[in-house]
Amino acid sequence: MNTRIGTRETDDPLLEVEDLHTTFTLGHGSVRAVDGVSLTLHRGKTLGVVGESGSGKTVLSRTIMGLNTASNVTISGSVRYAGEELVGRPSKHLRSLFGPEMAMVFQDPMTSLNPVVKVGRQLTEHVRYHLGLGKSEAEKIAIALLTSVRIPEPEARLDAYPHQMSGGMRQRVCIAMALACGPRLLFADEPTTALDVTVQHQILNLLAEQQRDRAMGMVLVTHDLGVVAGRTDEIVVMYAGRVVERAPTTTLFAEMRHPYTEGLLRSIPKTSEAKHTRLNAIHGRPPDLLSPPPGCKFAPRCPYAQERCRNEEPPLTDPETPGHSFRCFYPIGTPENRAAYESNLAAGLPQTLAAAGQLLATEEVA
Amino acid sequence: MAGSGTAHLRPLDEVLLRVEDLVVEFPAKGGRVVHAVSGISFDIAKGETLGLVGESGCGKSTTGRAILQLPPPTSGSVVLHGEDLTKADASVVRSRRTDMQMIFQDPISSLNPRRYIGDVVAEPLGVWGPKDRDEQWRIVAQTLERVGIDPDLARFKRPHEFSGGQCQRISIARALVLDPELIICDEPVSALDVSIQAQILNLLEDLKRDSQLTLVFIAHDLAVVKNISDRVAVMYLGKMCEISESDELYARPAHPYTSLLLGSVPEPDPSIDVSSIEVVEGELPSPLAPPSGCRFRTRCPRVTDVCATDEPLMRRVGDDHFVACHHPLITPVEVGQATR
Repeated sequence: MNTRIGTRETDDPLLEVEDLHTTFTLGHGSVRAVDGVSLTLHRGKTLGVVGESGSGKTVLSRTIMGLNTASNVTISGSVRYAGEELVGRPSKHLRSLFGPEMAMVFQDPMTSLNPVVKVGRQLTEHVRYHLGLGKSEAEKIAIALLTSVRIPEPEARLDAYPHQMSGGMRQRVCIAMALACGPRLLFADEPTTALDVTVQHQILNLLAEQQRDRAMGMVLVTHDLGVVAGRTDEIVVMYAGRVVERAPTTTLFAEMRHPYTEGLLRSIPKTSEAKHTRLNAIHGRPPDLLSPPPGCKFAPRCPYAQERCRNEEPPLTDPETPGHSFRCFYPIGTPENRAAYESNLAAGLPQTLAAAGQLLATEEVA
Repeated sequence: MAGSGTAHLRPLDEVLLRVEDLVVEFPAKGGRVVHAVSGISFDIAKGETLGLVGESGCGKSTTGRAILQLPPPTSGSVVLHGEDLTKADASVVRSRRTDMQMIFQDPISSLNPRRYIGDVVAEPLGVWGPKDRDEQWRIVAQTLERVGIDPDLARFKRPHEFSGGQCQRISIARALVLDPELIICDEPVSALDVSIQAQILNLLEDLKRDSQLTLVFIAHDLAVVKNISDRVAVMYLGKMCEISESDELYARPAHPYTSLLLGSVPEPDPSIDVSSIEVVEGELPSPLAPPSGCRFRTRCPRVTDVCATDEPLMRRVGDDHFVACHHPLITPVEVGQATR
């Protein structure tokens, strides 16, 4: 087995991201898809990254992994994996990390496997490359892996093609592939979005179990606050490429401060509510990243937005409760927030009416 | 159910649509048959929303399409306004399509990318509505306004100039333009972000209230289905497990499958210990060779011998709550008498 970087078992963070920027230069402007993101992940912990389409959560995980290599991408900031700086390292070096150090499970199990290569070969390819094993030894590992992700008849499955398996089975194969070289950091990018709820539950349990057994750090990227609620230690909420709120999971749900986090939670239908409960939709839609609003990126949709929010971008606050910071001038639960809400409601601001459930759906500017 | 039976059906004069013993089969290689839908029955009263839930492959979309006779079901009846569409002439079915419209899952690919929004929404009118272009545009503009799209801005734009949520609004406008009574919504919000999903669900509720629409809402997300539905039917592998008024179904699920499905819904509440929730083990059996008796028996925690030999029939377990299970979680009332 390859020698590992930073093998000392200390409390040093496994992953430290500081002020990371990923900018795509396009013909008609540039898109700051990840805009000054910092985060820290310790061994054996799970970090949830939550946001809607276009919030930059996938670009963030791909940037950390060093997978955004197109010529129009500019990356600045720092990504330290076990103390080692990864930004600017050649992709050849990064390739030696993929597998034994970090691995990724992608969203769509239908397209992330090669359709014309048997599952067995796809599973053993990198095992043989990284661990220098022979064919038969690698196959033994593959069988053990398929067993550990609870695929029935693993020996027979080695000779199967991806199309002969269901979506849930394929995602299990992808997880087995990601785990094959025993990574210490796993990125799971919407690993269950394409799957049914029952299968989602199985896959998330499987990931949690593997993570516990292997003491891996995991970054769980999703748009679903329900998925991260019971399964993460800390949550980062992203909007328009920026972190808008960051907190330990229980703190976030107990005392969320950012209006976007609140809006996300309130717009989800819940099985505990009576039928036909009016949903508090977030007004409007995410900003165009080619020309983002000047102040707070969420201000045009925020029920509490004031003049200041439209002109000036709030900084990420220093934590008041440990580990809880947010980017808002009028955070939820403060008298200022209440006053902002009342004055916006009196002024008839559409986003405030929407949050109050007083706006007809036809008046929503989607 | 994974069972059959019609104990849960209401009298024909109280309902807008009744589907009875619907069977849809598709031919497969080697003379085999895909049993997509195998004898399901349900009805919908006017102005009601029926939610159809189940995992992929349970036949919920096929059921929705079979109502529209796309394709006509293998057997069974689809009675709209007292008229059996499966026995009616093709021309009659065609004219009835104006009463039944459909909204699809992917809003962007269900609109022709090369056509103007004004023309896409006007197309149904070109077949069934007034032939006068100005009159058509008047109706289209009105309909676009009802779904929250500015008609003058949208008229000469193409679908790619709109977001997913806006495209879904346009799809809804296209379905509404003929003023149908029944709309089949096939996973209309599953491709949308949660904040946009809430807008579309609210829009459907508003439209339903304002124009007495009747909806069949097909989805795999149980929380979404509960929010919008008056009644919910749970399907498994081409059969119906349970049908009930929705608050009742979620409060007291009677079928073991419903209960397991509900447990799998990720709730945004960190105090729930996810590792303690019972999971549905195993995989959906193949619809080429479905299990005998109750189709859920291969994965059911309450399975006994009778489940393999006898198919359970729908039984009443409460007011407007029916289940097809030999060992339901709620004791059935008036066993054996709840048939009509």
